[in-house]
Amino acid sequence: MANNILVVAEYGDGKFKSITHQLLGEAGRLAAQTGGTVEAVAIGNGVKDAAGQLGAYGAGKVYAADDASLKDYDGASYAPVLVELVKRTQPMMIFLGATPMGLTLGPRLATQLQCALTSDCTAFALDGGAISVTRPVYGGRAVAVYQVKKLPLVATLRQNAFAPAAGGGAATAVDALTVTPVALKTKVVEMTKAETGKIELTEAPIVISGGRGMQGPENFAMLESLASVLGGAVGATRAVVDAGWRPYSEQVGQTGKTVSPTLYIAAGVSGAMQHLVGMKTSKVIVAINKDPEAPIFKVADYGIVADAMQVVPLLTEACRQLKA
Amino acid sequence: MKILVLMKQVPDTASPISVSNNQVDASKIDKYAASPYDEYALEQALQVKDKDASTKITLVAMGPARVREMIMQGLAMGADDAMIIKAENAGEMDGLTVAHVLAAAAKKTGFDLIFAGSKGVDDDQGWAGIALAELLGLPLITTTRSTTVAGATVRCQRDVEGGKETVEAALPALITSGQATEPRYPTLKGIMGAKKKPIQETDVAGLGVSGDLLAPRVQMVKLDMPPARQAGRILQGEPADQVKELARLLREQAKVI
Ligand SMILES: Cc1cc2nc3c(=O)[nH]c(=O)nc-3n(C[C@H](O)[C@H](O)[C@H](O)COP(=O)(O)OP(=O)(O)OC[C@H]3O[C@@H](n4cnc5c(N)ncnc54)[C@H](O)[C@@H]3O)c2cc1C
Repeated sequence: MANNILVVAEYGDGKFKSITHQLLGEAGRLAAQTGGTVEAVAIGNGVKDAAGQLGAYGAGKVYAADDASLKDYDGASYAPVLVELVKRTQPMMIFLGATPMGLTLGPRLATQLQCALTSDCTAFALDGGAISVTRPVYGGRAVAVYQVKKLPLVATLRQNAFAPAAGGGAATAVDALTVTPVALKTKVVEMTKAETGKIELTEAPIVISGGRGMQGPENFAMLESLASVLGGAVGATRAVVDAGWRPYSEQVGQTGKTVSPTLYIAAGVSGAMQHLVGMKTSKVIVAINKDPEAPIFKVADYGIVADAMQVVPLLTEACRQLKA
Repeated sequence: MKILVLMKQVPDTASPISVSNNQVDASKIDKYAASPYDEYALEQALQVKDKDASTKITLVAMGPARVREMIMQGLAMGADDAMIIKAENAGEMDGLTVAHVLAAAAKKTGFDLIFAGSKGVDDDQGWAGIALAELLGLPLITTTRSTTVAGATVRCQRDVEGGKETVEAALPALITSGQATEPRYPTLKGIMGAKKKPIQETDVAGLGVSGDLLAPRVQMVKLDMPPARQAGRILQGEPADQVKELARLLREQAKVI
């Protein structure tokens, strides 16, 4: 087995997603210790030309599996591409993002390779030949360190938990992989896409979440304007999603998304345990709630005890002025 | 039609977790419950049964003696019978080992459709369900919201980034549930009836799983509490002044805007 690290890139809307740069950043840091190379693979349709850019972020070797059959992500078609590549190149670790793609592709890959898997990792350490991996468990109510017993390790890395690679290097020649199309056993028969071009919640540097204290769906427009002034995305609590005020894709928490932005603003959110586990690793937390006893204040760096209906527009205006 | 629902018992999501000696302090856990995604999975299965009463739902759980409580709850909600795989050390198994055991169990019980939760909210790995689909060579549909069956075809709704999709597969298939319809409460009649429903007990050796398959590929060596967040500052004054002060602090002190 080589001491290389293989990064599985994620491409969408004409560019590599920010998680890809984070994977390359951590892979680069570790490879400097193992003396191995960072390799990267891009999978999709029309990714071959872009793949060379990964070299600029530290990938010493770049592969592309570019085929019409790989246009949309499906674990059943993507996993065989990776299994074949891993068997040939024998990396020590395979890094994917803890994204909808990585969280389903990682387990498939580790199963086919009958090797170790660690999901949603937040730190790696190398000690001699041993790899230890830190990851939150119990929805972030505890933090565990795992030791890897059977290499290679397939790991998905939590978004925004790792420093991105600096970039600025040279592009790399792309090694095109031969793709044998797989007959899929599942078929997407209908798809409704909401607006595109919005910042994805898990990628957003700033998240403004609303809870039931926002009173109704119409008041989320206030959060949308604050988000647009700050360059952030809107999130929601489960209570809000269950009420049908906002789509499930915006739910933050135990059974929704885990976010870790630099700034998290919670407006009219009580701060139930199941919500806190999805956001409490945010760098700075602001809570706006009219109840001074609300549990959200226990994790907030800055708190405002007042009516969110009044505070949010004022805050939007204040930020607009600061930004001007 | 025969459905298996895989269920894992975990500490209730509302209770804090305390750690001592690199382990969860079991004495401080007030309540165990089915992992929420497993409950959503069971609810999806029950909705299939609501439409076709000939459907039989078998619950499959592995773990220590206390899992029986969770199984009784699932039977009271409407499942028909259950298999309990007794394993005191289930918590130390990795997802692939669990999947090997469950694959043996599934082959024994037979099935047309398997539901699992998308992850257990204890180790949060999300490995076992997907691994089981791989081991059994089944079509896999992940993080579903609702499921219907028509003839030999299963059709699922799922949430995807910025939208929704409908996915179909031929039976037999495996589905992992995301957040779905709130699980129903057992009725009094359901609770009474559950006591008469058959529960088959077995263990890992009884299912013929042994040797290398049981050797963990990853092993937890340390468990800690997450760094505590200090409660911060509550701003004072009129809302307009608080907001001005907040914006200033976010820019000058926290440097995040
Ligand atoms: C298995 C399970 C999984 C769950 N998963 C999640 C999850 O993923 N995400 C999640 O969020 N929840 C989840 N929950 C639900 C969670 O327990 C809470 O019920 C939920 O987070 C509460 O949402 P909320 O804060 O919007 O509503 P509430 O608890 O109703 O709180 C509303 C808050 O708004 C404040 N308020 C009211 N009016 C105003 C005003 N005008 N101005 C300012 N403040 C105001 C109130 O003081 C209150 O604190 C889960 C629960 C379970 C059992």
